[in-house]
Amino acid sequence: MACFIVPAAEAVITTVASKILEAKEKNAVSAQPQGAHLETREKIPFSRKLKWLNAMLWGGVILLAFEHLWHGEIVPWFPFLTAATEGAEAVSEMLHEMMTVGVTMALLVTAVWGVIVAVVSAWEKRAARQADKAPQE
Amino acid sequence: MTLLITVFAAAICTGLWYRSEKAADMKIGVLCWMFWGASLMWLVDAIFEFAELKADYFTPAPMDMLNDAFLGLSVVALGLIVWVIVLLVKDPQGKVRAAVFKKTK
Repeated sequence: MACFIVPAAEAVITTVASKILEAKEKNAVSAQPQGAHLETREKIPFSRKLKWLNAMLWGGVILLAFEHLWHGEIVPWFPFLTAATEGAEAVSEMLHEMMTVGVTMALLVTAVWGVIVAVVSAWEKRAARQADKAPQE
Repeated sequence: MTLLITVFAAAICTGLWYRSEKAADMKIGVLCWMFWGASLMWLVDAIFEFAELKADYFTPAPMDMLNDAFLGLSVVALGLIVWVIVLLVKDPQGKVRAAVFKKTK
């Protein structure tokens, strides 16, 4: 009914968080002495990793919103949610769906992103270890 | 059906992204994230629906299947439209900007 609203709310929060992080990371790099940033060149900034989550969440939200529009569950005029015009029972059903399906959607997408970030972090650590070993050989 | 079509679209886009060196320039990654995100969300929807309908979930009415297939294709088309907009706005190869400046000269 409106399950995509939960991932949409998460997407808003993660987008704001990634913008703030990106600004902080840029400030940190510009504050470093010249050439110091080369030591961390193999590490992907966390703001970029957060953008992967943003892309998955926003992409899913856009396509699911279209599906809800297709099924007449949302409308492009106020109050936007069809259930809101169908009485308290429909609203209660919609909220229940948001709390179950919507929350699970947000959790699953975040969990998959977490796995991707964990794998990429492992690759980064391995690359750093290999780079440390290289001069000794 | 919508889930299936979106998963196929996501897998094809991921294959293209992995295979082609120009994929980054073409912003294929945007399509991958978008279709995988939607696939995961529809997977959750399918699991909840399966829990409610049990085996009936796998035997939808032909009209429902047709409607879902039509929806799936429309979703892929919408995803492609979003991708084209992102590609033109970000303009990684500078072709849009070059075309605009050429006209104004």
